[in-house]
Amino acid sequence: MATTTVTRAVTTRTTRGAGRPATGTPPAAKRWWRTAFGVVFTAVMLFPVYWMVNVSLTRDQDMRKSPPNLIPIDGTLHGYSTVLGQQLPFLGTSLVVGLGTVVLTLALSAPAAYSLAKLGPRGGGAMSFVLLIAQMIPAIIMAMGFYTIYVQLGILDTIWGLVLADSTIAVPFGVLIFTAFMRGIPDELLNAARIDGASTWRTFTSVVMPVSRNSIVTVSLFSFLWAWSDFLFANTLDGGGDAKPITLGIYAYIGNNNQEWNSIMATAVVASIPAAVLLVLAQRYVAAGVTAGAVKD
Amino acid sequence: MTTDTTSLRPSAARPRTEDTPASVRGRRAHAQRRAQLTAWAFLAPVALYLVLFYAYPLWKNIELSLKHYTVASFVSGNAPFVGLQNFADVFSSATFAPAIWHTAVFVLVSILVQFALGLALAVFFHNSFPLSGLLRALFLVPWLLPLLVSASTWSWMMNSDSGIVNAFLGSVGIGQINWLTSPDWSLFAVLVANIWIGIPFNLVIMYSGLQGIPGELYEAAALDGANGWQRFWRVTFPLLRPVTAITLLLGFVYTLKVFDIIWIMTKGGPSGSSTTLAIWSYQLGFGSLLPDFSSAATVGNVLIVIALVVGLIYARVQRRLEV
Repeated sequence: MATTTVTRAVTTRTTRGAGRPATGTPPAAKRWWRTAFGVVFTAVMLFPVYWMVNVSLTRDQDMRKSPPNLIPIDGTLHGYSTVLGQQLPFLGTSLVVGLGTVVLTLALSAPAAYSLAKLGPRGGGAMSFVLLIAQMIPAIIMAMGFYTIYVQLGILDTIWGLVLADSTIAVPFGVLIFTAFMRGIPDELLNAARIDGASTWRTFTSVVMPVSRNSIVTVSLFSFLWAWSDFLFANTLDGGGDAKPITLGIYAYIGNNNQEWNSIMATAVVASIPAAVLLVLAQRYVAAGVTAGAVKD
Repeated sequence: MTTDTTSLRPSAARPRTEDTPASVRGRRAHAQRRAQLTAWAFLAPVALYLVLFYAYPLWKNIELSLKHYTVASFVSGNAPFVGLQNFADVFSSATFAPAIWHTAVFVLVSILVQFALGLALAVFFHNSFPLSGLLRALFLVPWLLPLLVSASTWSWMMNSDSGIVNAFLGSVGIGQINWLTSPDWSLFAVLVANIWIGIPFNLVIMYSGLQGIPGELYEAAALDGANGWQRFWRVTFPLLRPVTAITLLLGFVYTLKVFDIIWIMTKGGPSGSSTTLAIWSYQLGFGSLLPDFSSAATVGNVLIVIALVVGLIYARVQRRLEV
């Protein structure tokens, strides 16, 4: 997709510059100016991220300095050693909750999407509509409902209770992404499997799922990231026990009116690692996920 | 359940039915019924899931708002039915009007500024230049960070005494501003953080919208002598209208839900100056030692009505685009 745009842009420019033979493409200098502007914009945009890292490396005695150090001179890793000492169990919980949410989301949304995309269930349209509306319910309302139910069932402060709640953020999105992709799978492929005697379930597991690899990655990425980042469900449903995720670890620091901002920001940096990893490893899946819900080709 | 009756209809309506032997007709109906059963078997887990984990919590929420729950009756489960009394209380509360106003300002300013900046950046990145792909990817970072991380970073940056924002403003001669602790600035402060988080989403969607516009249109416009400004307003912008509508509506729904950022930065304060409906609902239900779940659920239901109205508009717009 990106390459076609580039070619298109280049052709456009060539056509425009047709009268001036020497300037088939715009002068290199002009394009580098754009790069310069782009770098400035990006730097402004990412300044808070830089600042988070900078503060995480600042010594306690420099924290209240005015003006603050713009680069971590006399930097310290003290904040990070605090993270390792206090936050490791929270990171572990977040990892388990994130992975659990991914598994649950995939298991629920992929078969449903296959049905909606290819099997033509009656009432499928209504189902898609309900899923669309479900995404619009504010999380605070879901949290209140879950809290009421969990109190009565006595399952507050459990990891799987949090996994269930977190999955509600991702399941409608998952169905949406999978349906959009699976609609594009050629019917011939599915018919061939059927002629070979495969059952619908077999077709699903050995034909549909393997070709849907990209959407599996996208859905997994987002459901993990959302579960990892969740604060509201964690705070309402898991605030009391030992099963606290990393977001509550940071929140506990802030809530105690802790002035060790290097430790707080070090935890924040560590909590951002999954986002950074995902961006480096899977940028195109991320972009695909953002646009899939909104733009229909 | 309804599968039996409905799946028979198509074959019965077919004109050639009279020629078909009854057994064939029966077999076809049987096959269709089987197909429907299979389709629903794949769909059933999600259907059940929606009932258990969406419909039931929602129902619980409505029930909370129609009964008078105290902490004791919340645990025991028997609270008196009070009809719309909770709604009357919420509407006549002194917090209600400011909360509506803050919500409206927060949502509308957020989505308009995010959209304007996102679109401008999308246009900027649309003509590729060296490093454009990398820079565009980096722009996604704020959107991917956990909200709690962004919110705590911003609250330290906006700290009155030691924040970098005031340090910068001080260096250009502007005195200290109490971003998070002054009622005049708290809503503005959370708006800045929220806009920062929302720009990447708008950028990515508008960028992909721009990619969908055929390049020939620009060539034609350029041949007709349109300059860059005219090409944007006469070609690009009208063609982006469908994507724009969806982006703004999605932005509305997302921003209405925003809780983490405001809660971490200001807790809705000082003295309620950044309290939106979502924050108010949380304060009532979980923010104090004496929770008032009925009022919290009532505010939540007001929020959901607004979200649903916008959701219906969204669905309508989308349907119109599909036609």
